[in-house]
Amino acid sequence: MTYTLWIILTGCLVGLTCGVTGSLLVLRKMSMLADAISHTVLLGIVGAFFVSHSLNGLPMLIGAGIVGILTAFFVESLHSSGVQSDAAIGVVFTSLFALGVVLISFIGDQVHLDTKHALMGEIAFVPWDILEINGVSYGPIAVWMLGIVFIISIILIWIFYKQIKISTFDPQFAKLIGVPVVFIHYLLMTMVSLSTVAAFDSVGAILVVAMLIVPGATAYLLTDRFFILLCLSGVIGILSAIVGYTLAVYWNVSIAGAMACAAGIFFLFAFLFSPSNGLVVRKIKNLRYS
Amino acid sequence: MDALSVKNLAVTYDKQPVLENVSFSVPEGSLTGIIGPNGAGKSTLIKSILQLLPTLSGNVEVFNQPYKNQKKLIGYVPQRSEVDWEFPTNALDVVLMGRYSHIGWFKQASKKEVEWAKTCLDKVGMAAFAKRQISQLSGGQQQRVFLARALAQDAKVYFMDEPFSGVDAATENAIIKLMKQWKAEGKTVLVVHHDLQTVEDYFDHVLLLNKTPIEYGETQVVFTLNNLEKAYGGKIAFLQKGTASSQGVK
Repeated sequence: MTYTLWIILTGCLVGLTCGVTGSLLVLRKMSMLADAISHTVLLGIVGAFFVSHSLNGLPMLIGAGIVGILTAFFVESLHSSGVQSDAAIGVVFTSLFALGVVLISFIGDQVHLDTKHALMGEIAFVPWDILEINGVSYGPIAVWMLGIVFIISIILIWIFYKQIKISTFDPQFAKLIGVPVVFIHYLLMTMVSLSTVAAFDSVGAILVVAMLIVPGATAYLLTDRFFILLCLSGVIGILSAIVGYTLAVYWNVSIAGAMACAAGIFFLFAFLFSPSNGLVVRKIKNLRYS
Repeated sequence: MDALSVKNLAVTYDKQPVLENVSFSVPEGSLTGIIGPNGAGKSTLIKSILQLLPTLSGNVEVFNQPYKNQKKLIGYVPQRSEVDWEFPTNALDVVLMGRYSHIGWFKQASKKEVEWAKTCLDKVGMAAFAKRQISQLSGGQQQRVFLARALAQDAKVYFMDEPFSGVDAATENAIIKLMKQWKAEGKTVLVVHHDLQTVEDYFDHVLLLNKTPIEYGETQVVFTLNNLEKAYGGKIAFLQKGTASSQGVK
């Protein structure tokens, strides 16, 4: 496959994986927790590097998973002991992220991991970081990581579909009929952490938030069915990647930045023209009645 | 037999006692109104019985078995404001949620289950709204969807948290009809209730609560001016008919 196709495929997988898992957080009104986790996984990645001395996929996924759950756990603990939930998120996320930044400077030149890369990512380098086993090349590592995380996420959502749905809509009733609400919560946090770390290399900690939240928020405006919302979030994520890449090539700008902008444009369109909730559509309806 | 028996239940919030020393037993087939002033802990009582809130102490039995073994016998209608009505789903889907634990967590709802859910919607006069997005329903209609979900649970002991608050006449009638049906079927119902004027019409048992049970028993025995004053601390605004007024409330 060509260089361009690998980048587009990586972008699409970022959009798809983050779009689907992120939409679940949007529905739970936990978008800011996605923001927090996307930053704190840096600590997980750095921690994994200290333990395994490599930037390999698996230790990074495990590290990110652990830190993601810790983030959610700390936020929850602070909140339940009386700190406001947005303040709790702010405190936990900045402290853990800062710890990650401090630890990165210890790594120094040993490996390509620096703050700028962590924040912005660089999808253009993805095709050169290739998975090689016994001299045979199997394509970029990022594609493998994203693909595996996507499949894991889809399987988990498929298995726990009803539990996720009811514990999002009505957590108390869910608890009453025996749904392990806390387990589902941390399961989702783990999924978001994994998606984040898989997408990290390509789009970085800041723009991955856009891919987590914006597709879900857009789909939310367009449908009133839970299942369709999940699918639509993935589709919007993919479209953002493709449109973003095209724009980036056309104007010769940052690919990840253009992808996030494309997602933003899709959101704006949905916000204005959604058949059910769109601002313009509502205005027109109002005019017709008055 | 007692459908529900609560012993020494205590709940604190921020180290302040919200409920203490709560013990009472509800006979099977009774319709109990839980009444008391604001902040008396009525909703807290229901939620802590259902283990939705952490309790300090206490023991809850349903049909003489520990609560946790009897969860399948419990039906619940929460306060309408406690869920996210913007959630992307329709009325029929919400009712089907009442069947999840029966259907099995990893199986699709069968045709029979869907038909049953539709019947439940029909019983509360909401058959025409089955496919309606829940955010587009009125408050009363949302309440009736919750009733249909509870009905779909086919439980033996029902808990309802202020079902009458802020609903229209059609919904009020649907709730009353449902409570009568449940009573006729020998089911046990406990309702957190606000409106003192309707207590005698709706309930055959009353739990007067103010952080601790003031009195529990049959309505005509418990729902007296004397007891009400004990529970409300003399803050009863007015009562126009029935037992209490016949004892001379102004």
